[in-house]
Amino acid sequence: MSSGAANAASVQRSAAARVTWRSRLRGATHRAGLIALTVVALLAFYEGYNWLWRATGWTWPFPADDTTLPHLWTIFKAFADPAQVNQPSLFSVLMHKALFTAKEAFAGFVLGALFGFALGAVLAHSKLLQRGFLPYIVGSQTIPILAIAPMVVIWVNPKLPAGMQGWGAVAVISAYLTFFPVAVNSLRGLNSADPRMLELMRTYAASTWTVLWKVRFPASLPYVFSALKVAATASVVGAIIGELPSGLQSGLGGAILNFNQYYSIEPQELWATNIVAALLGIIFFLAVLGAEKAVVRRAPERRA
Amino acid sequence: MTEPTTVVSVSGVTKTFPRGNVTALQDINLDLGAGEFISLIGPSGCGKSTLLRVIGDLVEPTSGSVTINGKSAHQARTDRDYGIVFQDAVLFDWRTVSKNIELPLEMLGWDRPKRRTRVAEMLALVELTGFGDHHPWQLSGGMQQRVSIARALAFEPALLLMDEPFGALDEMTRERLNLELLSIWQQLQSTVVFVTHSISEAVFLSTRVVVMSPRPGRIAGIVDIDLPGPRSVETREDPRFFELVTEVRELLRMRGEHLLPEEEAAVAGEDA
Ligand SMILES: Nc1ncnc2c1ncn2[C@@H]1O[C@H](COP(=O)(O)OP(=O)(O)OP(=O)(O)O)[C@@H](O)[C@H]1O
Ligand SMILES: [Mg+2]
Repeated sequence: MSSGAANAASVQRSAAARVTWRSRLRGATHRAGLIALTVVALLAFYEGYNWLWRATGWTWPFPADDTTLPHLWTIFKAFADPAQVNQPSLFSVLMHKALFTAKEAFAGFVLGALFGFALGAVLAHSKLLQRGFLPYIVGSQTIPILAIAPMVVIWVNPKLPAGMQGWGAVAVISAYLTFFPVAVNSLRGLNSADPRMLELMRTYAASTWTVLWKVRFPASLPYVFSALKVAATASVVGAIIGELPSGLQSGLGGAILNFNQYYSIEPQELWATNIVAALLGIIFFLAVLGAEKAVVRRAPERRA
Repeated sequence: MTEPTTVVSVSGVTKTFPRGNVTALQDINLDLGAGEFISLIGPSGCGKSTLLRVIGDLVEPTSGSVTINGKSAHQARTDRDYGIVFQDAVLFDWRTVSKNIELPLEMLGWDRPKRRTRVAEMLALVELTGFGDHHPWQLSGGMQQRVSIARALAFEPALLLMDEPFGALDEMTRERLNLELLSIWQQLQSTVVFVTHSISEAVFLSTRVVVMSPRPGRIAGIVDIDLPGPRSVETREDPRFFELVTEVRELLRMRGEHLLPEEEAAVAGEDA
């Protein structure tokens, strides 16, 4: 091709880059606006219900009073007030606890994702193992996490170094919730590789490892990421639930257990904690979403 | 013709697919000399792709054997003796055009600078300079197919297996790529097995055209293409070209008594 044509192509390309950059910015502003609008609408609905049901005294589906639906301003004020006399604000206490839970959840997420993917990869290469193990893997998820948590704590804690005591076991419980969707979707994704691509790799006399790394793994990414999005929020839930039987006080799970006992007196503190827990889950989800956007390169119409 | 070194030798190959009990190939015997350009032509389902895949050791023959450069087909595949182009481009979405062409070079363990240089040459060869950083879905079907040809040629295999590489392209692009393929073939001095549905394409490109007939897949006849000189745009106007096209068509028709009517129509309308 002549250099003139090559230049034309590169000019075209940079023009295209400029357009996508601008349209991306517009898309982002659009989305942020939409999210803000949704949040405002939800908050308005909450307070609207609150006002109407309190004014009319309606009780269906549930009544509104200071215990069932504390006002938004009560909840936000609770963030600023000290949780206990002579202590820092509830907000700063919850931030510390959220950080602790985030550490557990992140470790659990990474552990679960790695184990889940490895499991999926092993199963993808053996129909026999697939048939033998898949029922048990599915079965593992029917056991309530609260039923296995005490065992995990007793088994895992003695094996952990001093710096990981307590939270390490919770991470394992969280991993128990996260490995499953990742394993199932990795298996599906690794098997989704185009058979013609596998055939092409055969003509290069590629080893199983090379095929896994160069074809199956990239082909599985869209599947793996949709599992990771589920796993991201599951890891937070797993960490919070895992804290309950462990008797850990440093995380959000401990705080929830604690504020539960005072719910009838001070419901706003539990509500505040729930908001923080939900935000933590959302942050995890968004982190995975961001990673997906950065990593997965696919034809736009095929992007999941 | 003096006896050239045999590159591909197919002897007594029969392939039966257990599913549906189809005899895709029956007793195929074919020898390919070094530097030959052989086209396989025949109605749909006559086993052209199957024969190509048997040669490439992607399908096991039920009986008979294939040797390539004196080795078993399996050994030849493990030694990466051939490059293949499928009917569809089969490009990796997650790789850029350059990275797609680099794939076989990565498999051969070439270092990065060497790969880069070769990719640039290949892009120029298929006239895609400037598109190296594009992803496959940003290219037209014809451009994608050119990338897959560049990928197959990148490591300069002595043997090229091509399964209807230009089947999906428009007539103009097809004729241009035909000329390009011929000049590459002359440059690299490679041996080519080329599957096509088009009689004129087969005659234009080949040194020999192998006509196949279906159910069971057999070789109906082989036409030596004795067109003078290097092929060019004028070749298509050469009276000898028309004679050879007619010869191939007759051979296809003669063996086509037991074709289904729509296949008959496809064969007849082929090179219009
Ligand atoms: N994997 C397979 N399993 C069962 N039958 C097969 C398989 N592959 C091919 N066949 C059968 O073998 C016969 C030859 O198929 P093949 O793909 O080689 O034909 P072809 O000449 O390449 O046709 P086309 O021109 O349409 O590509 C067909 O009848 C087909 O149904
Ligand atoms: Mg075919």
